[in-house]
Amino acid sequence: MKRSIVAIAAFAVLIAACESRQGDDASAPYASRYQPLPGAATLLAGATILTGTGARLENADILLRDGEIVAVGAGLSQEGATVVDATGRWITPGVIDVHSHLGVYPSPGTASHSDGNEATAPVTAEVWAEHSVWPHDPGFVTALAGGVTALQVLPGSANLIGGRGVTLKNVPGRNVQDMKFPGAPHGLKMACGENPKRVYGSRGVAPGTRMGNVAGYRTAWIAAADYKKKMEAAEEGKGEPPLRDLKLETLAGVLSGEILVHNHCYRGDEMSIMLDIAKEFGYKVTAFHHAVEAYKVADLLAENDTCAAMWADWWGFKMEAYDGIRENAALVDLAGACAVIHSDSAVGIQRLNQETAKVIGAAARAGIDIAPERAIQWITSNAAKALGVSELTGTLEPGKMADVVLWSGSPFSVYTRADQVYIDGALAYDRHDPSLNPVTDFTLGTSAAAGGAQ
Amino acid sequence: MNHLTIKVCLLAVFAASAAVAETTAIVGATAHTMGEQGTIENATIVIEDGRIASVSAGTSPPAGATTIDARGKIVTPGLFSPVGYLGLVEVGLSAGPRDAAQLGDEFTAGFDVADAYNRRSTLIAINRVEGITRAVITPGPGWPDELGNTGHVLSGLAAIVNLGDSGDAIERRAAAMIVNLGEGGSGLAGGSRVGALLTLRNALNEAIDYNDHRDDFERGARRTYSHSVADLEALQGVLSGATPLFVDVNRASDIEVLIQLVEEYAIRAIISGGAEAWMLAEQLAAAQIPVVLAPQDILPGNFDKINARRESAAILAAAGVTIAFADGQSHTHNARNITQSAGNAVAYGLPWADALHAITLAPARIFGVADSVGSIEAGKEADIVIWPDDPLELTSYPEQVLIKGQSISMTSRQTLLRDRYLQSDSDKPPAYRK
Repeated sequence: MKRSIVAIAAFAVLIAACESRQGDDASAPYASRYQPLPGAATLLAGATILTGTGARLENADILLRDGEIVAVGAGLSQEGATVVDATGRWITPGVIDVHSHLGVYPSPGTASHSDGNEATAPVTAEVWAEHSVWPHDPGFVTALAGGVTALQVLPGSANLIGGRGVTLKNVPGRNVQDMKFPGAPHGLKMACGENPKRVYGSRGVAPGTRMGNVAGYRTAWIAAADYKKKMEAAEEGKGEPPLRDLKLETLAGVLSGEILVHNHCYRGDEMSIMLDIAKEFGYKVTAFHHAVEAYKVADLLAENDTCAAMWADWWGFKMEAYDGIRENAALVDLAGACAVIHSDSAVGIQRLNQETAKVIGAAARAGIDIAPERAIQWITSNAAKALGVSELTGTLEPGKMADVVLWSGSPFSVYTRADQVYIDGALAYDRHDPSLNPVTDFTLGTSAAAGGAQ
Repeated sequence: MNHLTIKVCLLAVFAASAAVAETTAIVGATAHTMGEQGTIENATIVIEDGRIASVSAGTSPPAGATTIDARGKIVTPGLFSPVGYLGLVEVGLSAGPRDAAQLGDEFTAGFDVADAYNRRSTLIAINRVEGITRAVITPGPGWPDELGNTGHVLSGLAAIVNLGDSGDAIERRAAAMIVNLGEGGSGLAGGSRVGALLTLRNALNEAIDYNDHRDDFERGARRTYSHSVADLEALQGVLSGATPLFVDVNRASDIEVLIQLVEEYAIRAIISGGAEAWMLAEQLAAAQIPVVLAPQDILPGNFDKINARRESAAILAAAGVTIAFADGQSHTHNARNITQSAGNAVAYGLPWADALHAITLAPARIFGVADSVGSIEAGKEADIVIWPDDPLELTSYPEQVLIKGQSISMTSRQTLLRDRYLQSDSDKPPAYRK
């Protein structure tokens, strides 16, 4: 009797664990309904493996089963597994893009599809990017062909505080809930600099300057701190809770650490100010995005455990991007800070490995040697860290989600293509198998269907 | 300026002029000449007075030549950026010079960007240290501003520049006339692509009429035209075939109309973009219409691009269409990324040599300057890039770039910024590190 109770309890714990892995709080509004694609135990054998932990293994195998990575190493048992000969090919964790607008600024980019910027007020913490995501954006499947297994879709940068971002598994879904990454925290999009002050200043309303920007953030955090205090007091039986406020609820979620701040910020000096705002109100900046001048403040980023998510080489398209250099990510990495290469682009997301290669080459030109096993972390494990999912994915370690890319060669060669992409152990994309080249509703009947991804 | 500075400057000037007169030899590299000699191992490339004097295998350099040891290296012709605003734009949005477009009605076809070219722009050094030695600089479409001023279906005249240090940066004026058709053209024409085509036809018809009745026009005995004389003069080059139309167009049906129009007026055209050009590869080859494309541009960003595909470059080249590569994201600040375009085309079926051709000799041919640049052949100007390895690989950076025989400085504002922040041992603020 006692024993069976223990067994039942253990079973319950197991179920709870599985549920949390599959969709955490299923009763929460807009909860993930993600289900892995059907998959079979698979052994990818004989590859060069970059584990995402900083290691490189030669002639190594990786075994995927029940959605998880079971083992990584030489001479693994093939028993019961579909074997893929990966000789001469490379394997990495699935590529993760921390900054995408797929679905909210989808292709085709018509005005009808322009759902990424709620540019009607400078602080719109109440909006959630997932409520704009169009799952039929063809950009999801072209990103998949580039090895992307997870991505954060963010609101745009028109606003000081633009709303919640959502992390997705890059599987084709009928709706966003089918794609939501189970267990991933929400992000909060904030934006420094030119965009908010241009958008609102040109309308004659605040903010019209960078100092106006800062006043706007601080005002919002003061209200959030007050809301949080009243909510907590009410929970302790001290007074009535305030009327539920979507905007302040999101901001309070940041203050309590449940929502991660993703802050669009180009200039080093502005990042420095933003870190002080975070100190003033007791929250953490998880990552600066774009961070074109991160190399100027890499030590500050390291001290604050704040990631910099960067392009390889975008620069000069506006003043705050004028000082961009291709060595940016390498210098951030060299300073011991968390370097991430992101896309912010439906085109760039398809080739984050190539963007990383540019930085490797630029760093070499400057006398800095970045090994492939180190660079791959910028688009896998460091990206997972920035999204708060590094316990779940981002490296090839036993127990992690089997999010894996099999590349035709080194991912840092321009000639290399993703041959196979596994998401939770299921083959989501196979370059050589038309039945595993997903086609969105929108592109049905076009050339994309006739081999656009092959 | 003190005496020492003057002396140093004079020495530098002397050294620079002496270098031109000198003979230089690049020795030992694998040279992808893009000419009839193909690829030469252990090449000796002799440069005299800025031009290539000879290209041969394994020969000793002439006595007295300054020798560049390039053993184990790859040598290619200088890269040729086929589209963009280099030297016309410093910062894209809300800042800095932006001289690529003029709003208002005064100039359209006659808007010539050559005189705005700034060879000292930071973008020039940043792109040339990565191998770009020539560029087509183009007027932009000039999208409507808040006041309702608009750009034009005919944006004006492109020029070809070299990215060297000499004062004669403009190599060729009126190298092409920029035209916007399809969705871009419809936006500029007032709502319909029909309007864009009518605007183009009207411009050509007026230019023909003007040319046929110049005397009457000057006497005031001919009807007035909707275009200025500067525009009508610029259009004469198009009608004579000297200046090709450089047409921003993607949709196959628009390209079909363009092919007819080119035949009707007996003019030349180059397609820019061409997302669906692959569907008309045979027709474009027959009509000798080249395509400047970015192979990464495979998403249906609008309904004109709905049949974009990865293999475009390979399909077009196989059909005999001359292709050149633009970079996939920014045509200007990162013009240097045409190597990435070329590499991606190789990944999807284009032979490697054709890809290198598409960023060197092909654009030189398309824009009519292949007699002087684009390949490493005797008699051509010595635009040469020395690479440590495969130039299409993104990890590969040029070790030395020569423009018109001159070894350029391999520094740029970006390498200076990099080096300033690499010097972390200084206890002074970065402003003291130069």
